[in-house]
Amino acid sequence: MARVQPILSVQNLSKTYAGGFEALKDVSLDIEPGEIFALLGPNGAGKTTLISIVCGLVNASGGTALVDGYDISRDYRETRYRIGLVPQELPVEAFESVYKTVSFSRGLFGKPANPEHIEKVLRSLSLWDKKDEKIIALSGGMKRRLLIAKALSHEPTLLFLDEPTAGVDVELRKDMWGVVKSLREEGCTIILTTHYLEEAEQLADRVGVINHGELILVEDKNRLMREMGKKQLFLHLQQTLDAVPASLAGYELELIKDGTELVYTYDTQGERTGITSLLADLNAAGIHFNDLRTLQSSLEEIFVDLVHKEDPS
Amino acid sequence: MNLHAVKAIYRFEMARMWRTAVQSLVAPVLSTSLYFVIFGGAIGSRIPEIEGVSYGAFIVPGLIMLSIMTESISNSSFAIYFPRFTGTVFEVLSAPVSWVEVLLGYVGAAATKSVIIGTIIFVTANFFVTIDVAHPFLAITFLILTSVSFCLFGFILGVWADGWEKLTIVPILVIMPLSFLGGIFYSIGMLPPLWQNVSLLNPLVYLISGFRWSFYQTADVSIVLSLGMTGGFLLACVLTVRWIFKTGYRLRT
Repeated sequence: MARVQPILSVQNLSKTYAGGFEALKDVSLDIEPGEIFALLGPNGAGKTTLISIVCGLVNASGGTALVDGYDISRDYRETRYRIGLVPQELPVEAFESVYKTVSFSRGLFGKPANPEHIEKVLRSLSLWDKKDEKIIALSGGMKRRLLIAKALSHEPTLLFLDEPTAGVDVELRKDMWGVVKSLREEGCTIILTTHYLEEAEQLADRVGVINHGELILVEDKNRLMREMGKKQLFLHLQQTLDAVPASLAGYELELIKDGTELVYTYDTQGERTGITSLLADLNAAGIHFNDLRTLQSSLEEIFVDLVHKEDPS
Repeated sequence: MNLHAVKAIYRFEMARMWRTAVQSLVAPVLSTSLYFVIFGGAIGSRIPEIEGVSYGAFIVPGLIMLSIMTESISNSSFAIYFPRFTGTVFEVLSAPVSWVEVLLGYVGAAATKSVIIGTIIFVTANFFVTIDVAHPFLAITFLILTSVSFCLFGFILGVWADGWEKLTIVPILVIMPLSFLGGIFYSIGMLPPLWQNVSLLNPLVYLISGFRWSFYQTADVSIVLSLGMTGGFLLACVLTVRWIFKTGYRLRT
């Protein structure tokens, strides 16, 4: 079967700013059409630089980037017609009306006026009843949604969301997740950067982790959580222990909460989890428990582990 | 060519002008009318004719030029500086538009405003003095060429400026003095020979002189030289803007 052409293909992309700071180091990445890709990394890792280069806001120092097979420099018109960008900041024309600014964006990106599409976009983002209001009168969350509306005005096939829910309250954040999911259902490919790992966990099909300008990992989210995630069994003991008995040393148990809980970390992918034998050995050692629970590590914990491995300091 | 983008930028900028009509239109017309009242009416009535033209009528082309130059610079520099200041320029920079389309939109709108202002001032001047335009086509050509050139210059200024002070310093400290010393209120021929030669180093002399010639067929320098200097300035500005977009100077990092 023929391989589907990536909607975005970045090869050996690098960026060194005038002051000598290397924001991107030889980054290569392919994004498949229709996926939601979460680009994670600490502040200053290079996420926004990568997005900015692909969108034409920053000049690359080296490497290539193709959007739907078109080069971002040579065929910049073709690539930019396909791209929508929601920036991290909230840059808006304060005195312009919502409807006019979204219509302006559509024209700027080379599309003829289409009031039906503008209405559809504004309705999908719950902005239709604000269409005649000046932007200065909108709340922060509405401005964020307005930027998404502007980015969607020209019907892009590749949407960059740079920290789309930064500064947005929990309820609105979940609304935004709904919008992102519905966009994907309509066939839009989405690349998002976020500090909320829960967001990536909820939305992403694949995850990329960037640190110090280097892409240190690209993986299917579910596989990443399966393979790199830890699972832990917490046993609430009937009687407090001072130390883990020597007979249980092989399980590498951890005693927490002043000796009232035992923690067993195990590999869900392993041939055996060791839980059955642990329970039997606990029973043999006369250690009884009155409750138990298990915990799967989150994407956030995996991310922190990855970044700390890279940067132990 | 992305004509939808040109239209979008042009309409957006024109809408801004109508939103701020008092500042954009009324203010320059009012200030120029005051020049007519003071220099044309009050003082001008005591000044003899210059090269066969009444003083009130003599200063009209120069005053129109002064307004066009300052308004062109102000409009186009603000048009690009403000999006840079607020960050909204990201949208234009990430859009499928070439530098020519960006210029057509921004500079086209700013030049339109300048031509409108120049026309209103011309009409207003007719209430104070009698004006004959000997070469209307040439006058319109000068009007448009000067508007476009100074809008381009203003665009460059708006890209170069990294603060509000720089944005206003050039029109106030460079353009205004050069205009006043460029023969708005007098003929260069009225100066001593040394200062006549010094004045010829002022590029605005050529614009004002050429525009005045299209009214009264009287000029400080030849009309061909005036047209050549205006065209040269226009070309220099276009090449500078092209360089800005090619290199991303102060627009792309």
